[in-house]
This record gives sequence, C-alpha cells and structure tokens, in this order.
Amino acid sequence: MFLKKIALAGSIAAFAATAGQACEINARVSIVGNEFAAIQAVGAAAQECTGAPVTSNLTSEHQTINVAGMSGNPAEYTTAIIANSSLVALMNEDVVRPLNDLVEKHGDGLQKSQLIKIGDDIMAVAFMANAQHLMFRKDILEQAGVEVPTTYEEMLEVAQAIREQGILQNPVGGAYKAGWNLAQEFNNMFLGYGGTHFKPGTAEPNINTEAGVNALKMMKALSEYMNPDFLTHDSNATNAEYRAGNVAIMNMWGSRASQQTSTEGVLDEVKNGHAIAAPLTVGGGSIPASTLWWDGWTVGKNVSDEEAEATFLAMKHGIRSDMLNDETSPLAVWLIDGYKPTADAQGVFAAAQMGTLPYPMLPYMGLMHSALGNELADFMQGKESAEQALADVEAAYRAAAIEKGFLQ
Amino acid sequence: MRHKTFLWFFLPTGLAMLLFIALPIVSVVTQSIFAPHPAVLIEVESCTPLVGCTTETTVDQEATAALRAEKPLGRFVGLDIYFDRGHLAISEMKESWAKADSLGEFVSELGNLPFYRAMAFTLTFVAVVTPLTIVLGLIIALAINSLHHHLKGLMIFFSLLPMIVTPLIGSLILFWMVDSRGVIGSALVAMAGDPDFSLKASTGLMWVALMVYGVWHAAPFAFVVFYAGLQTLPGDQLEAAQIDGATRWQQVKYVVVPHLMPLVTFVALIQLMDNFKVFEPIIGFNATAHAQSLSSFIYNDLSGETRQLSSAAATSVITIIGVAILLSPVLVRTWRDFKGAR
Repeated sequence: MFLKKIALAGSIAAFAATAGQACEINARVSIVGNEFAAIQAVGAAAQECTGAPVTSNLTSEHQTINVAGMSGNPAEYTTAIIANSSLVALMNEDVVRPLNDLVEKHGDGLQKSQLIKIGDDIMAVAFMANAQHLMFRKDILEQAGVEVPTTYEEMLEVAQAIREQGILQNPVGGAYKAGWNLAQEFNNMFLGYGGTHFKPGTAEPNINTEAGVNALKMMKALSEYMNPDFLTHDSNATNAEYRAGNVAIMNMWGSRASQQTSTEGVLDEVKNGHAIAAPLTVGGGSIPASTLWWDGWTVGKNVSDEEAEATFLAMKHGIRSDMLNDETSPLAVWLIDGYKPTADAQGVFAAAQMGTLPYPMLPYMGLMHSALGNELADFMQGKESAEQALADVEAAYRAAAIEKGFLQ
Repeated sequence: MRHKTFLWFFLPTGLAMLLFIALPIVSVVTQSIFAPHPAVLIEVESCTPLVGCTTETTVDQEATAALRAEKPLGRFVGLDIYFDRGHLAISEMKESWAKADSLGEFVSELGNLPFYRAMAFTLTFVAVVTPLTIVLGLIIALAINSLHHHLKGLMIFFSLLPMIVTPLIGSLILFWMVDSRGVIGSALVAMAGDPDFSLKASTGLMWVALMVYGVWHAAPFAFVVFYAGLQTLPGDQLEAAQIDGATRWQQVKYVVVPHLMPLVTFVALIQLMDNFKVFEPIIGFNATAHAQSLSSFIYNDLSGETRQLSSAAATSVITIIGVAILLSPVLVRTWRDFKGAR
C-alpha cells in the first residue's frame, strides 16, 4: 500500500514536471526552412510535440519553395522559418498572418525583443541573430607578425604580409560566388562606406555613388588575395578552403562559427589556430561593413485557425528555454530567454554593439539583391569599370522594379 | 485514310496536345503580357531584435488585395516586358546605336545587355555542340558496329554512361575536376606554370568546358540512334560497293551516310532544341559569371527572393520563338520531302 502510494506520488510528480514542457497539439504542423544546424535543432524540438503530425522540410533551397508552398489554400506549409530578407518576400505575397492574437493567448515565455513588429502587426518570432564577422587563423597572423585587423584596409596589409612571407599564396577567403553571395558582400561593403541602397522613401536605386564605387574597388582589391576561382565559391566552399588550411582570414557568417572546428576532417592546425573577432569597418567609417540578421518563424495565412494555433504552440516549443543545452547553445546566437553566450557568439554580439545596420527590410530589396548578383561579376573579372557595373545594376533593377510595380 | 477516320484516330492525341502543349503556352503568353499591380507602399514603424525600432517601407496588403480582387490578372502591359532591359532591350539598343561610332563599339555595347550576351553564348554553344555531337555519335556507332559481337554489349553500355548519369551530377563531376584543386585543374596549373591559373576564372576556357560537357553528354544519344540505323544497312549495296573496289571511307561516305541521312536530320532537330535550352551545365559549373542562357534567366527570375513571373514568362515565349526559328530550315525541308513523296 505504502509502496503504491509512493509510486503514485512519483508518477504525479513526474507528470507535473513534464507538464510545463509538454506540447500537445491537435492539428497538423508543417515546417519549411533553411538547413543549418541551429534551425535543425529548432525543427527537431518542435517535432517533440504530440497529438498531431509535425513534419519538416529543411533545405538550403527553402527560399525557392516557401512562397509557392504557402500560397495554396490550404497551404502545404503552416510555417516558414526565415531570415529578415525572406520575411519581406512572404509579406509581399501576403502568405503570412499577423500573430498578435496568438501571442496574447500563448505568448508567455517569449521575450518582447523576439517579436518582429511591422507597424502594429507581429509578423514573426525571432529566435537567433546572425551577422558576418571576422574569422582568422591566429597562428598564421602571429607567424606573419601582424596584428588582428579592425578595418578592411588593414586586412589588405595582413594579406600582403602573409603572401610576401610565402606562408599562403591566397590568404583571403570570401563567399564571392556570382549571384546572391557576391551581392551580399557588396551590400556589406556598401553599407560600410555609408551608402544607402535607395533614395529615401522611394524605390529609386541609389548605388551608383561614390560609396558604391569604393565598395567595388575594395572588393576587387581583396579578390586579388583570393583563390582565383573565387567567383564560384559560396560560403560552403569558402569554409571548406578555410578548414583545409588554405585561407587565413575571412568575413564569414556567425552561424558557421561553431562548425569551423567541429566539422569532420578539419586540420589540427586550423582547430588550434581558429579565432573570431568583430566585423571590420572600411573607409574610416564607424559602422561595420556587415549586416545584422535574425532568423525566426512565421505562421501561414492560408491555413485554418486550428493549424495556426498548433503551429504557434509547436514552434514556441521549438524555441523554449529548455531546448538550449551544451549541444545546441553553441550553434547560434540565440535570442531565447536564458541563453548564455558561448565564445562562438562574440563576433555577432560585437557586430550588434558596433551598430551594424540590419539587412534592409524593404519590399524591393530582393530585386536589388538579384540585380547586384547578376551584374557585378563583370567588374570582378575586370571586364568593365565600377561605374559601368553599377549603372548596369541600376538599369537591371529598374526594369525588374517596373515589372513588379514598385517603380513607374 | 478517309478524313473522318483520321479525325477519330487523331482525336486522343489532339486532346492531349491541346491540354499539355497548347493550353500551357496560352497561359505563359497571358502571363507575359500582364504584370503585378503597382505596389501600394506605406511607411510603418518596424521593430527587430538587437536593433530596435526604425521606420520602414512596406506593402499595404489591404490596398493591394483590393487591387488584386478587382483585376486578378494584374495590369496589362502588352509587350513592355519583352522590350525591357532584361529581354530585348529595344530602347537601350537604340541608344547605343545612336552613340556608337563603329559597328564594333555597338556590338561590344550589346554584350553588356543580358539577353544579347546570353544569345552569343547560346548560339555558339548550339553551333559547336550540335555538329560535334553528330560526328562523334557517328564515329562511335561505326566503331562499335565493327566490333566482335561478344564485345558489343559491353561497349554499348559504357558508351551510354554519359547519358545515364543525371545531367547535373555529370556537370558537377567535371566541375570538381576542373577546380583549381581538382585533377584537371591542378594538371593545367602545372602545365601553365602559373599558380594563379584558373579555368573557372577565364570566360573562354569556361565556354570550352561547357561545350566539352555538352558533347560528352549528348554523344551517346546520337550514337544510339545511328547504331540502330546501322542495323538496317542494305547488305547488297555494301557488297556491290566492295566489289566495285570502294575503300572503307568511300563506303561510309557514299553508302552508310546517305542511308542514315533521315536519322541525322532527326538527331539534329532534337539537339538543336536541347542545346538552345542549355541549362544544367551552367548551373553545375557555377558558370553564371561567364555564360548565361535563356533557361538560366528563367531560373534566376524564379529563384530570387522576389519572383518575377512575368519576366520568366516573357523569356519562355522568346525561347519558344527562338527554337521555332532554329528548327525552321529542317522543318521546311521535311515538309518539302513530304510534299514530294505524295
């Protein structure tokens, strides 16, 4: 009898302990998002929910399928995990719903800073921050007898010193693959030189300016110290070069920081020499030549209210404080309550403290990004002048913006 | 065949063609002459983590939804998208024609416009790859046909491999081999004696690599068709030629090739179409900095964060017109043969 009581008390206690974290849902949840480790962790945590199926499709091609997958009614995906740039694309197509009522009903445990507000509407719940910042090999810099750079001008000097001493032929790494990556590196440099992509309050392009020309010239100067195949290197290829010990210094995504030493097959000298630092400034500016990003989740508009509620609960479960442990904490700079920053996070925090600008969240920024990605490769190959390349970008952007109705 | 019988015979095919070919084309053409409504933009305060609140421009969803409900197709733009800079670039072309002092300058100005640059690559690709594929396919077919019959099966299998491999995978394999740290890339660096030598950084070499891939991938198709044709060679004609003292080369030139001519036309038709739509190697080789095609434009339009459906539709229609123009000489010839046969 006594034993029975203890057993009963024990099971009640156990039930009470799990009740706080249990996630019981009664409608389907379907997630689409990027594939990097932090998002995998969130997706796995959301799938702990019981009562209805939680499926996830995490792929690097998520941007090409999320709008289509959320446009039908009922939509294939009930939530998209997105970065700030993609939220605009989803909002332009009107496929995500405001979360104000769901936050009011179930929002306990979410921090105010996690709620992405556009006007009065909460459109997304952010769970991690990201920025590109410096990653370098302290052993190589020491060997070359140079200081850790804080500006891109210094980075060029560091690269020259490393090359001249014969340590590495191409010490600089960069995700300069023609297309999205190259455009993003331009955005960083352009903002660092104090440029603004659009004339204030309009969709008129504003990149064929002194800041634009300076940004391109700096990128060209850096590319002289890169692997000659740089126009085909995305961030995966650049990181592979870094882990293989072929690169000593680069501007890289914070979300990749923890994997630089933990990936299989990394050379020991890279493991021991790897270090990170704040993003660099350029041209005497005070704002880093980088952009601040967040990743978060949305809830689809074309799904039933039950599915929306289930999605909110499951995704909130995916980013609860308890999901942070020794394994998941280093994966990202989490915006979740109770997160203790690890050493890998200092680059992103430094970026935030230095006032790095967020990636422009404008309805027409996606078109500008595409135009930059398509038109800048000619300049990087030395086929045309910086001014001509920027004029081409503006012309390509203008054609696209007129088609999409942003310009007349 | 009586007309009525023919009609009933053709009806199922005709219906399927209407459903799967004609209707999609109508839909694409419609899409290309309509564009999204002008966006209604408003300024709102937006708040984000680590940054705080800023004033941002966003789309007024209610106003835009009202516009969409009124005219779901969007706004009618006629041929505007066909003529804009991303496509035929009519006004840009006029401008550089007026500005240019010489034809050379005009051509180099044209090279700055995406459509014409893509055309330069695509047409070169078509002109080089199509004949090489046919010649190589014929050589392989003749070589294998003269093998001992025990070896034939094995050799046919190996010759077909490039076609069996998924195009994207095939191009990726070659891409890694020509990487500056790959097998071919390192060999080229050693031969050139320049540590900075890179095939991927040179537009000319990249074109060569793409065309080599194009021939490698398509030759098995030509081979299979010609090999099948060789099995129907009239034995008595060949024998007569041999008795007349024709050399091997003369037999091929005067008996085999004329016999295979209808197949050559067939392979040429298919290859012209396929090569004009060149796509996989451009993606597989990460070659967008050096070479673009109409297909890669469509891919770009649809894969960006903001999808440009009207632009992609216009490019699709231009592709259809381009294929029709390319095929017209062959089609005209086939039509004449058909008339002559009657």
